[in-house]
Amino acid sequence: MADFNKSESMGAQEARNILAVNALQKSFGSLQVLKDISLRVEQGNVVSVIGPSGSGKSTLLRCISFLEKADGGDILYDGQHAVKDGVYATKAELNRFRTRFGLVFQNFNLFPHYSVMKNITEPPMIRGESREEVTERASALLKKMGLEGKENAYPCQLSGGQQQRVAIARALALNPEILFFDEPTSALDPELTGEVLKVIRQLAEEKMTMVVVTHEMPFARAVSNRVIFMDKGVIVEEGHPEQVLGSPQQERTRQFLRNYQR
Amino acid sequence: MSLMTMIIKMSEGLGKTCAIFFLTLLFSLPLGMIVALLRMSKAKVVSAITRFFITVIRGTPLMLQLLAVTYGPYYLFGANVSRNKLIPVVIAFSINYAAYFAEIYRGGIESIPIGQYEAAEVLGYTKFQTFMRIILPQVIKRIMPSVTNEVVTLVKDTSMAFTVSYQEMFTIGKQIANSQTSFMPFVVAGVFYYIFNAIVDYLMGRIEKSLDYYR
Ligand SMILES: Nc1ncnc2c1ncn2[C@@H]1O[C@H](COP(=O)(O)OP(=O)(O)OP(=O)(O)O)[C@@H](O)[C@H]1O
Ligand SMILES: [Mg+2]
Repeated sequence: MADFNKSESMGAQEARNILAVNALQKSFGSLQVLKDISLRVEQGNVVSVIGPSGSGKSTLLRCISFLEKADGGDILYDGQHAVKDGVYATKAELNRFRTRFGLVFQNFNLFPHYSVMKNITEPPMIRGESREEVTERASALLKKMGLEGKENAYPCQLSGGQQQRVAIARALALNPEILFFDEPTSALDPELTGEVLKVIRQLAEEKMTMVVVTHEMPFARAVSNRVIFMDKGVIVEEGHPEQVLGSPQQERTRQFLRNYQR
Repeated sequence: MSLMTMIIKMSEGLGKTCAIFFLTLLFSLPLGMIVALLRMSKAKVVSAITRFFITVIRGTPLMLQLLAVTYGPYYLFGANVSRNKLIPVVIAFSINYAAYFAEIYRGGIESIPIGQYEAAEVLGYTKFQTFMRIILPQVIKRIMPSVTNEVVTLVKDTSMAFTVSYQEMFTIGKQIANSQTSFMPFVVAGVFYYIFNAIVDYLMGRIEKSLDYYR
């Protein structure tokens, strides 16, 4: 492991890979959902993942956020192995890795019995930060999310778009190096998707590193540095958004995009 | 015997009725949580045994359980029947109610969406923190109506203690009824239970309301 980290730091000019996944495998019973997934996410980049339903996009995000246990492959954060050849680091180490990423769910998963403020402040406080410092950060994040004055509201009093923005603030409050989004706007009414996408776009402008699973093609095209098209557990095509979405090389990508426009 | 004397005599048993009621809640509410967690254990043997225990308790009359706990030790080991019958009565009631509460808790815990656990895990909550801070408070809110039902039933069930002649209010009333060949003590008992439950209803309603701040 020490050797690996050395080799990684040798190319000093190379951009830092916040996340690296090698040959990731995952099956549910006899169903192989991730067949051989490899990807890199460089610091400050936004990678969009698109693909038909059931292609394994959520499973990929769930594996790299440790919600699902991969069967094989490597997961590295900033050059450090969290998973090596399907073998996981210790529980304590994994918990430290968890501070490196944040995950935003399709259906928010806010804690309904907590106020907006407490939803955001409790996780960092559980990790030992003081209330003062966390509260200050949370207020700044709420302001940034356009949710000033909602500190004492409960999730049920907010619109879906507002709830998702609270969820983003909650993830950001832990100062992650990378944020994962699993279809952050799919549970929203169409008129509310814009406000959430705007926030993500703003984060992209601030060079937040992100992986976004999405069906919003114009958004992916405008915001991503790279687009990955997945189908049946493999990466079929990846590259610059203009290339993958504008002039795809693979027939399956073309077919997916064609069906998508209809 | 005048109605007033009857009421006074029966009120003397009210303390014991309350003792059964409060002690049973004190023990069965937490015990029920332990039973629920055992029932949901990933160890198949543990959950199967617990499940069997629950079906036995729920499938046999409380009256029988009272007799078993009070006199069982005598028939089995020749042990003296305890002079203070409050102990076996509370043991029997606590075990019985724990089984019912366990099933209520289990239903509540299983109704919490998996996403709550996943969000907590990603945010760095330990399993214990997740349960205590995220899951349990939501479970309590969801199960309040069912718990209220059980508590109201418990008020009435305290009268079962007459089967082992524990001198609570109903037992005294029944004795008066026998000696005076009067129906009046039962009416008095009914009024007592009704008032008791009106208070319980009010208090439980207050608790439920205090949890109304979120959906
Ligand atoms: N816990 C599970 N147990 C069994 N099968 C699962 C489980 N989770 C996912 N799957 C299966 O794995 C496959 C990939 O699912 P996944 O949710 O990753 O797809 P997806 O690309 O996110 O699709 P969508 O666009 O519909 O969200 C599907 O066939 C799904 O049924
Ligand atoms: Mg999905």
